[in-house]
Amino acid sequence: MADYLLIESRDPFESAEVGGFLDLAEGLAKEGSGVTLFLVQNAVMTARHGARPTVPHNGRVLSLAALATNGVRVLADSFSLQERGISPNRLIAGVTVAPLSAVVDQMAAGCKALWH
Amino acid sequence: MADKKTLTFLLMDAPFENARTTTALRLIDIAARRGYDINVFAYEGAVYLPLAAQAKHANAVHGTDAAEEDHPLPREWVEAVMQEAARNGGKLDWVNCGLCVDERGATESVAGVRRGSPADFWKMASTSDNVLVIPTR
Repeated sequence: MADYLLIESRDPFESAEVGGFLDLAEGLAKEGSGVTLFLVQNAVMTARHGARPTVPHNGRVLSLAALATNGVRVLADSFSLQERGISPNRLIAGVTVAPLSAVVDQMAAGCKALWH
Repeated sequence: MADKKTLTFLLMDAPFENARTTTALRLIDIAARRGYDINVFAYEGAVYLPLAAQAKHANAVHGTDAAEEDHPLPREWVEAVMQEAARNGGKLDWVNCGLCVDERGATESVAGVRRGSPADFWKMASTSDNVLVIPTR
């Protein structure tokens, strides 16, 4: 079973496609694959404590906490958080702050990498 | 280096437009600092990233001259990651898609950039430990 690295760069408030990407992460994890979801750029907006991406116009978007519960390792880029003034202490449960080098680590380890 | 890796990146964004360019070059920089061998295939607008004619400019709104403005130039970032790779025992092979170059007249690039075709990307992908495609939206 392959391991996957899914890199999300958009937030669900700007792109309705984010829901499908998170669904993919959940589906791969449920099939038994190791899945890392790395949030970078505006995608870290989703990780803010209190963010509600499951608003009616984007109802397919899963919560990050639910993804983490379902076995997806959810990481948020520390630089992107800092750029946007988001405190690493105010993130949704299940989201871990990580440097961008985590992406290179996963690529070097042979994870199948997909950017959205 | 026993665990030396080869990573390939495909970039599509033109410079000065999207944070994807910054993120892509950050990733390449991290790989370069590790001494990895790196392939970059620049497609579509990304062939402008190493464009030699990029120049710093003054900003009349800010009231600054070119030196004060110190405008960041992607061609300098490209040169920097190439130098970083070499400094750490790796190499960075940057290929600009030739058709994309011709369409855009982006023929003059910084040293170290070569012209190629999507077939080069296929070869890069075939011989790499991993590949990341960073598409435009």
